[in-house]
Amino acid sequence: MPDFLLEIGIEEIPARMIDDARSELVRRMAALLGRESLMKATEGKPVQDESSWTAFASYSTPRRLAFRVSDIPTHQPDVTEQVLGPSLKVAFKDGKPTPAAEAFAKKVGVEVAKLERVTNPKGEYLAATVTRKGRQAAEILAEAVPKEIAAIYWPKSMYWRPGKPERFVRPVRWLVAILGDQVVPMEFGGAKAGKQTYGHRILSSSAPQISQPKEYEATLASAHVVVDSREREYRIRKALDAATRTIPGARWREDAELLKTVVNLTEWPAAILGSFDQQYLSLPEEVLVTVMRDHQKYFAVEDANGKLAPHFLAVLNTDGDPDGLIRHGNERVLRARFNDARFFWDTDQKTPLVNRVEMLKAVTFQKDLGSYAEKAERVGKLAGHLCAVLNKSGLKVDSNAVQQAAQLAKTDLTAELVKEFTELQGIIGGLYAKAQGLPRAVADAIYDQYKPESTEDSPPRTLEGAVLSIADKADSIAGMFALGLVPSGSKDPFALRRQANGIVKIISEHKLPIDIGNMVNAAAGGFEGTEAQSKFKPPSQITIGSRKTGEKINVPEHPGAIVHEIYQFFRERIDFYLRESLGFTYDTVNAVLEISYSDIVDVVKRCEAISQIRSSADFMPLFIAFKRTKNIIRQAKEKGYAIPWLPPESEFSSKEETALWSELRRLQSSYLPLKQEHKYLEAFRELAKVKEPVDEFFDSVMVMVEDPTVRARRLGLLNYFFDEFNTIADLSALAPEVK
Amino acid sequence: MPTAPTYQEIILSLQRFWAERGCVLQQPYDIEVGAGTMSPETFLRALGPKPYKVAYVQPSRRPADGRYGDNPNRLYKHMQMQVILKPPPGDVQSLYLQSLEALGIDLRKHDIKFEEDNWESPTLGAWGVGWQVMLDGLEITQFTYFQQCGGIDLDPICAELTYGLERIAAFLQDVDSIYDIVWARDPKSGEVVKYRDVRFQDELQLSVYNFETANVEKTWKHLEMYEAESQALIDRFTTLAASKTATVAEKERFPLLGAYELCLKCSHLFNLLDARGAISVTERVGVIARIRQLAVGLAKAYVAQQNAANNQEAAKQQKGGAA
Repeated sequence: MPDFLLEIGIEEIPARMIDDARSELVRRMAALLGRESLMKATEGKPVQDESSWTAFASYSTPRRLAFRVSDIPTHQPDVTEQVLGPSLKVAFKDGKPTPAAEAFAKKVGVEVAKLERVTNPKGEYLAATVTRKGRQAAEILAEAVPKEIAAIYWPKSMYWRPGKPERFVRPVRWLVAILGDQVVPMEFGGAKAGKQTYGHRILSSSAPQISQPKEYEATLASAHVVVDSREREYRIRKALDAATRTIPGARWREDAELLKTVVNLTEWPAAILGSFDQQYLSLPEEVLVTVMRDHQKYFAVEDANGKLAPHFLAVLNTDGDPDGLIRHGNERVLRARFNDARFFWDTDQKTPLVNRVEMLKAVTFQKDLGSYAEKAERVGKLAGHLCAVLNKSGLKVDSNAVQQAAQLAKTDLTAELVKEFTELQGIIGGLYAKAQGLPRAVADAIYDQYKPESTEDSPPRTLEGAVLSIADKADSIAGMFALGLVPSGSKDPFALRRQANGIVKIISEHKLPIDIGNMVNAAAGGFEGTEAQSKFKPPSQITIGSRKTGEKINVPEHPGAIVHEIYQFFRERIDFYLRESLGFTYDTVNAVLEISYSDIVDVVKRCEAISQIRSSADFMPLFIAFKRTKNIIRQAKEKGYAIPWLPPESEFSSKEETALWSELRRLQSSYLPLKQEHKYLEAFRELAKVKEPVDEFFDSVMVMVEDPTVRARRLGLLNYFFDEFNTIADLSALAPEVK
Repeated sequence: MPTAPTYQEIILSLQRFWAERGCVLQQPYDIEVGAGTMSPETFLRALGPKPYKVAYVQPSRRPADGRYGDNPNRLYKHMQMQVILKPPPGDVQSLYLQSLEALGIDLRKHDIKFEEDNWESPTLGAWGVGWQVMLDGLEITQFTYFQQCGGIDLDPICAELTYGLERIAAFLQDVDSIYDIVWARDPKSGEVVKYRDVRFQDELQLSVYNFETANVEKTWKHLEMYEAESQALIDRFTTLAASKTATVAEKERFPLLGAYELCLKCSHLFNLLDARGAISVTERVGVIARIRQLAVGLAKAYVAQQNAANNQEAAKQQKGGAA
């Protein structure tokens, strides 16, 4: 059976989009071939499963996406199936075939008399067994492949042909589509399929023909294109190693992201080592590395001690640099960049951060929320409040440092260096603060103010930094929510989710006694009496409700509606943190959050306790008891039965009730204090002792009896059990453990 | 090794190259612009169905980028070589690479990459996708496939090549400062005139003007007057276009190009006020939106004007054919 090869020749595809597009193309083709019975999935695996695509080899370079799939049947198998016609009632009138019967017979190509009759639950029907001839693979591919190409998702695409017949990432310039040694005729984006491909833009002048799918890699290798991106990565690593070896003891700094980028910027990679003047090492490493990595796509080099060395590595899209011209050019560019950075650094020092506070009035934070000067003021107040909370709990936070840091935190936005390297905002402020002799606590807090920038990033190093970062983020979240700029679905233009995730992570990892509800309240309160308030959505328009179910409830005029909405939003972010970062199961998280979630440190402790006990046999009866209790109480409520609060000296009509009651009274003095001290494992161990009386109660006592007095007392007993003791996590919400 | 081309030889080579490929050689537009894109040769020609090929040098003024002639890499006014190919030929990338060879760059000895870089100008309601062309790590050209202009979808689209002339010259001449670029060399005496000789005073004095001395109040007033005049013209054209009695000739002679020049003035004065630090937070967003409104309004009006003329042309031809 022949192989099929497709190569789409495209003007340089953005590096960031190549890998996804290549996988999508293969996924689409696998689905197509599966659907058309042209590819067998690996035994026992659905075609959708990537591991079943052993027949596929996929390739990509900046100028092409390609794949080869081996052993395609030249024809689809023939399919024999029974086709159902009209019912006998419709098909015959007075024993004679009706036009409906004639039409069906004509369609299936069988005489009416020779049609089959089948009986199904709906009645008796005419039927025919039809064999559909399998179509030729080439025909199917010619028809379907262009549609699959057109359907590839691109984050940004364009028109290029007059009349705008299609959108694609960049203009398509050629197409290779061969099944065995035959061209599969097709067209996409104005390119007609053939055997002709193109080699490296500069290194190859010929336009080689691909005679067989199997010769794809070799043909292009001879035209100076390494089509396999893994092979290019391997070559780049080797080239970087080799270039670095010329400097004794040096190493290139591993950078997975950058490596992926240069793999996707080259067809025939090589690497060169360049150098820069020692004097630039006096600039902060953060600035040097940002220039090299983000602006020039160079790898940084470090010496044996891990210190930045005055060298860089550039990955080229050519076969070498025998005359050193390319190295010379790159060194020149880097020198200019470093000179710029130093120029900006020196210029910026002429206006210290403290003199830039005033300038923040002219920098917009958000058009309706005002300037950064106003933000700095709010953040200062909020941070002050948080400092007081922390200091009261016995933590030692330098609140003066926090105040100063909050005042100066955004001043680096007016610095030339930040305008040039926006990704270094905060970091540059911290470096300037240090250079300008401000206290270390202030400089570090400013430096770390945007941390954590992702779920992998660490929180600020110091408590002062932690408080500043939380206050800054909480202020943004409160303001945006009040304006109604709430994240929804995949849209989160102000990265509020990321910022809330950051707050959760900081509180959890620094173990801060910050109450989320209190923090949200204080943050929202920061806008009281400001000009921004007039831009806020009137509370009556605010809808709150469950994001998960999409259910929305209109909240009537209620000043706390925003606070409530933000508080709900934090539940999702805490949920996300517990599951994604700490790895707790969804039902553990649900059970814990259902009780309360304003104290994140405590939430984590409760999750840990649940995770430890949930699989142990001692606790299963407890979960079941709470589940049963919950069901009974729900039923009672549905029936409108009264559930009384039991007095301390309650009288019961059975010994099981009395036994449970006295056990619960005992637990009150053993379980509750442990819970209050957050000793959850011990508390659970106490609680587990209720197993025997509870089991006996459920085994012998009927709760929903006719006698209203007896029933009320029994319901009261269960309600007391649930309300007082299902209080660390909603144990009734835990999914049964499958063992 | 042959001497590197002078600044003016680079310009001459590129002009010759593109003229030989059918481009009209235009001269720089004589009104302040921030980029070659703002010249009507790009902004207006990109609109509508008419094919066009043009190349021109455009001195581009960005008041806030001025550095008093101190910074070796930054200028208040730099020069772009702008090439517009509408519609873009299928081999536009290789044409571009050939133009580099015409400058004496042996591509076999250098590293060239097309890296994603999309372009957007909110004030012009314009955007496109494309690349920054990197030569040995230096961005030498912006290569853009225009998709929208003045808020209008383009069909056909055009390719815009914007060469950074100072950068290319500094690269070819291997100098670290723009001011050391050899602008001209006397073929007889070998005497050279440098970029510094030609442009330094301009950079210094205009930086002083833009940052220190421009009269804020008067500049605001100028901006407002130009804006009002431009808007008034657009409004008059809108009325004219909707009028049933107006003739095609009346529409055709209406000075929309004048209105566009007034709009360019506004854009430059805004940049000047911005560099002067005279635009507050609240004003900034508002003024940008106003200029955008002018540009978008003009693009629309221009298309309507072209359509009116084209329709008449078509009608005439039909009549001629019938006669």
